[in-house]
Amino acid sequence: MNLDLYPSKDIFDEMLDPKHKVRSSYSLFMEDINRLSFKKLNQLQGATDRAQRLMGMTFNVYGDEEGIERILKLDIIPRIISREDWEFLEKGLQQRIFALNTFIDDLYHDQKILKDRILPKEMIFSSPSYLKQCLGLTPPKKIWCHVTGTDIVRNYDGTFYVLEDNLRCPSGVSYLLENREILKRTFPELFNKLGVRTVLDYPMKLHDVLEYISPRKNPTIAVLTPGVYNSAYFEHSYLALQMGMELVEGRDLLVEKDHLYMRTTKGLEQVDVLYRRIDDTFMDPTCFNPDSMLGVPGIMEVYKKGNLGLANAPGTGVADDKAIYAFVPRIIKYYMNEDPILNNVPTYICEEKEDIKYVIENIEKLVVKETNSAGGYGMLIGPKSTKKQIEDFKVKIKNNPRNYIAQPTLSLSTVPSIVEQGIEPRHVDLRPYVLYGDKIEVIPGALSRVALKKGSLVVNSSQGGGCKDTWVLE
Amino acid sequence: MLSRVADTIFWMYRYLERAENNARFLDVNFNLVLDLPPGTTEQWKPLVIATGGLEDYIINHEGFRKNDVIQFIGFDEMNPNSIYSCLRNARENARMVRENLTKELWEEINNLYLFVFETVKKGKWAKSDPRNFFTKVKKGCQNLWGINESTISRSDGWHFGQLGQSLERADNTSRILDVKYHILLPSVESVGTPLDIIHWAALLKSVSAYNMYRRHYGKILPVNITQFLILEKEFPRSILFSLQKAELSLRKISGNQSSGYANQAEKKLGSLRADLEFADINDIFTGGLHEYLDDLQKKISGISLSIYDTYFDHNIY
Repeated sequence: MNLDLYPSKDIFDEMLDPKHKVRSSYSLFMEDINRLSFKKLNQLQGATDRAQRLMGMTFNVYGDEEGIERILKLDIIPRIISREDWEFLEKGLQQRIFALNTFIDDLYHDQKILKDRILPKEMIFSSPSYLKQCLGLTPPKKIWCHVTGTDIVRNYDGTFYVLEDNLRCPSGVSYLLENREILKRTFPELFNKLGVRTVLDYPMKLHDVLEYISPRKNPTIAVLTPGVYNSAYFEHSYLALQMGMELVEGRDLLVEKDHLYMRTTKGLEQVDVLYRRIDDTFMDPTCFNPDSMLGVPGIMEVYKKGNLGLANAPGTGVADDKAIYAFVPRIIKYYMNEDPILNNVPTYICEEKEDIKYVIENIEKLVVKETNSAGGYGMLIGPKSTKKQIEDFKVKIKNNPRNYIAQPTLSLSTVPSIVEQGIEPRHVDLRPYVLYGDKIEVIPGALSRVALKKGSLVVNSSQGGGCKDTWVLE
Repeated sequence: MLSRVADTIFWMYRYLERAENNARFLDVNFNLVLDLPPGTTEQWKPLVIATGGLEDYIINHEGFRKNDVIQFIGFDEMNPNSIYSCLRNARENARMVRENLTKELWEEINNLYLFVFETVKKGKWAKSDPRNFFTKVKKGCQNLWGINESTISRSDGWHFGQLGQSLERADNTSRILDVKYHILLPSVESVGTPLDIIHWAALLKSVSAYNMYRRHYGKILPVNITQFLILEKEFPRSILFSLQKAELSLRKISGNQSSGYANQAEKKLGSLRADLEFADINDIFTGGLHEYLDDLQKKISGISLSIYDTYFDHNIY
């Protein structure tokens, strides 16, 4: 391992401390790994690549004509999280998700938080994810965000920051589960030795959550997918398989007399709960986007009548608007009267006069994001952009300030990764998954996405990122 | 089970069966050519006809050269019935209904597809003996049937798969038998000559029937071979056997236990199966083997359509 590549001050490395000493969470792992040659590690890495292709762990990239299916490369060196760090993250996430769920419920009912002027009305009403159709609606058990995949990063001093809340249909959990299966083959002896917590029961737990929100006993539950061309189709079918459910498309479903049915070879069969992996506004052409071919006409009516459980609940996306993100600390304080455990990244809201001025003047130092988009699209990383890109973005921001926020560039933490030249540090983020059923549960593991390009901070799979298995220690 | 899923599974098994049969056809013909006396013309056109691709083939090819035909039936991305296309479609269908398969079955299909995909992309097959490729496809498919047999529950999904596979096999066997009709022997006197016997033996081999046939009948006689491939009740690739198997699954799906039929598909399949049960091989020859097989293929295709109407049509409710 080339230690010269480990800057000590301005980047936090998960394995080495600033004095290049191995942190305790990695000590047992390193003992074992140090016995392996780089050649052997490379062989293990090669076997992993083949296993992934064989398992069909592929995703589709939009607008990419050549090779429609791609693999999210799994780097075999895991990201290891100590028990203390995990307990902290767990508490912080539970607090955050509880507050956000309460916030969404309030927005679609009494709107106390707006009446108390904690955040500006216009901010909510101008969000495309705020759905008037959901006003007055109470989802089963008052749960809106059943599945969350929060993006977290670690700054140079080791502090965790929440980057995005991803409350709609966060994807990636299938990679978490399959990555673990693969690494159990790569390092069979390490799991017990280190005390790595299992993630195997995620599909069972998700099943329990879906059953929990069913209007009927012994419900028929299905996963709703936009179809085989969706980028996350692998995950949809994987989860359906793991939970033993049907994977349905809009065209398999129809509404009759306020109930939802699927078309089977034996006629119609009632469906009680959908784990839906299509966007809110594509769900029902009679209620939202009339052009949607993916949804089911009338499904919102069934939902409103209480004859259908939907996870996540339509309307949830409003709390994951990037402009509203800036207010989450205040939201936690307002509903729970507690200080937020997890930090928010300082955020400039371009709609605010003071903020937009700062953003335009300092854009070279900032990351600018569209408030309502995901997957690393529509984003500008100031320090890594050309003059032309920056000027273009300034125009965009001025034309539609509501659509943009800006944040200082954080230095993401690094984990050693296998690259052509050897083992080098690469930047990672962390996406733990949180289930909200009869309690709020954080799955002890996460998808750590890694920017495999040297120096890159963009970890999105659609932008050339890979991933790592994440080991949470007991 | 969802109608769309049943449809997808039905076709997934048809594609797999077709891929296996095409690999077998090419393999046997390749071998056959090696046994022909010097000066005999190689017969590749009948294979193109048997796999239903003549119309597509003649658009882009002149003549029926060995490598052209192998490329067309084995690897041509534009030929919807090539081994490559069949496995691509089977794999795409499997991908769509993965939640209904087992992990082992999916991974094996994916694996087989990736192997063929690599071979096509690198143009590998022409560089060495293509029989290695055919063997791998055959073995790959047989591996799949084994995994299928031992990991899939006998619920509706299983039966739709069996139905697809059996109908496809009945159709394929009739097609390969029909090849004999298209093979032009040097002259009429050639019937019963060593050359003729080589052809008939090759035919048996291409449906893996050679050993079983020899045990049953011994001598290579056209009338017995035809009897064996169409009407034999115990051989798993005969047309009658395949239709019986298809009918069993069709009736499991509807749950019909009476002697009558529950839907049009059962009616058509039942009466075709009964026709074969009571058929006499001499009558078949009298009426013309080619005509008989042609009619059989049309009826099988009619059964397939009725299955679609009964179970897969998404808009009937």
